[in-house]
Amino acid sequence: MSERRRPTPGAYGVLAFPIGVLLVFFVTPFGIMIAYSFYRRIQGGFYEPAFDLASWQRLFEPVFLDRAVFSIGISLLAGAVCIAVAFPFTFFLTRMRRRPHVALLILVLSALSLSEVIVGFSWSVVLGRASGISNVLVWLGLMDEPTAYQPGFVAVLLGLCYIAFPYCVLTLYPSLSRLDREVTEAAQTLGASPWKTFWTVVVPIGRPIVVAGFLLVFVFTLGSYLIASILGRPEHWTLSVFISDQASFNANVPFAAAMALLLTVLSLAVVAVVFLIESRTRRRA
Amino acid sequence: MRTLKWILSVVVVAFLITPLLVVAVVSVNENRYMDFPPEAASIHWYTELWNDIGWRNAITRSLLIGAASGALALVIATPLAYVLRTYHVRLSPLLYSLGILPFMLPPVISAIGMQVFWLSTGHFQRIENVIVAHAIFFSTLPLITISLAMEQMDRSLAEAAQTLGANQRTTFRTITLPLLLPAMITGYAAVFVLSLNEYIIAFLVAGFSVETLPIRIFNTLRYGFTPTIAAVTVVFIAVAATVFASFARFGNLLRFIGADPAILERER
Repeated sequence: MSERRRPTPGAYGVLAFPIGVLLVFFVTPFGIMIAYSFYRRIQGGFYEPAFDLASWQRLFEPVFLDRAVFSIGISLLAGAVCIAVAFPFTFFLTRMRRRPHVALLILVLSALSLSEVIVGFSWSVVLGRASGISNVLVWLGLMDEPTAYQPGFVAVLLGLCYIAFPYCVLTLYPSLSRLDREVTEAAQTLGASPWKTFWTVVVPIGRPIVVAGFLLVFVFTLGSYLIASILGRPEHWTLSVFISDQASFNANVPFAAAMALLLTVLSLAVVAVVFLIESRTRRRA
Repeated sequence: MRTLKWILSVVVVAFLITPLLVVAVVSVNENRYMDFPPEAASIHWYTELWNDIGWRNAITRSLLIGAASGALALVIATPLAYVLRTYHVRLSPLLYSLGILPFMLPPVISAIGMQVFWLSTGHFQRIENVIVAHAIFFSTLPLITISLAMEQMDRSLAEAAQTLGANQRTTFRTITLPLLLPAMITGYAAVFVLSLNEYIIAFLVAGFSVETLPIRIFNTLRYGFTPTIAAVTVVFIAVAATVFASFARFGNLLRFIGADPAILERER
């Protein structure tokens, strides 16, 4: 692996295509977004080239700050719930026999590949009045009449957890599957109960990856659009919904660009922290 | 601990599977308005999915976008992974990050970026815009699978071919490419499935003229419920589960998602 050769001119030629495509279709749009965020909005959904700070100033208005605080709050909550369940689940998963192990992974990956619109729709059926879980409760005699649990805050949170959970499991999986069996076996040989082993050995070793997984889920749910718009009322709408609506229905592209750039900076900061944690753990290992 | 393990597994499985089961039941419910418990079963909503021109167009359009963006993503990711993992290129970490970054950021950012890009070129609301946008956003996935395969590849094979007189190009075509093929297929399948499911990028780039399947589902949802959505959902889930189950059967699913090689050796 270490003896990589010096690149030939041909190698640079081969590299030129993918790098060129990424520069044109990924880096250039960022430049355009920066330019657009300074454009002046004129009536009727149009805008003209200018150096106008209005869109950036709007980032400090209460409407936007409310959305930002709500988004960040619900994403942090979803991240915490996901990690709390996914960490022990993934730990058990990596220690299962091969057949249930693969079967559960296929279930997790299938859930991962589901479109947000499908997750949102499925939960709206489950939490809805017409044929949801409340009907089962009525049928069992536990409730008098069916009710709807959506739209609402809990419905949005459940939906976000559903889309983030598989993602979270896959982030934790590689390092938890590498957790040395001998360490947990040693703890148990020395008399620790499985429960105590989990808390005093597995959790401390896994702490960095827990932080990394938590932050990745945070960024992931921050980007969710459909969950909040299907399962929530307008007061439960997240930043992504707000940004997209500004870009399409309200046709305020400069403001949408400014918000997207702010979200980029925020996400990059989070990703940088994740990388820092990962490289630090790798060095220690 | 043992009981906890069981309880937790059951709760997680129930959480993941309940919405899917409920939707499956709704999709075969004969009555247009959902009733519970369902009275009669029918496959009416599945046939409507195929007979309704709107749904059929959305399905074929989404399949086309998924297939094309998967191919384009491979064309972007393969040379990048190959050169960065074969040669000692300066700025290599930076170039690799450039390939990883689109997928790391929330999709709404790429969506707005692509929207303003196509707006300023004057070439907007086209299907090819969606294909390019999806290819860029998801090219990260084949980049990762192919890079991993490059790292695990036995270098002596390519060296042997060159000692025997094969030039760079022949070596790549006859040795490296066949060895990379499984990783390329995995990456392609991942892009295909995720592109099929992607909403916000497709919507902002061309949502008003190119109606993909997720866009159609959401538009239909806005005007109220029809069991056709449930039928479409079941088809989606079946496709996804089949793709991943065949990975597990033919490819190495556990290694693909990063399992410890020691786990893979156990209970073979």
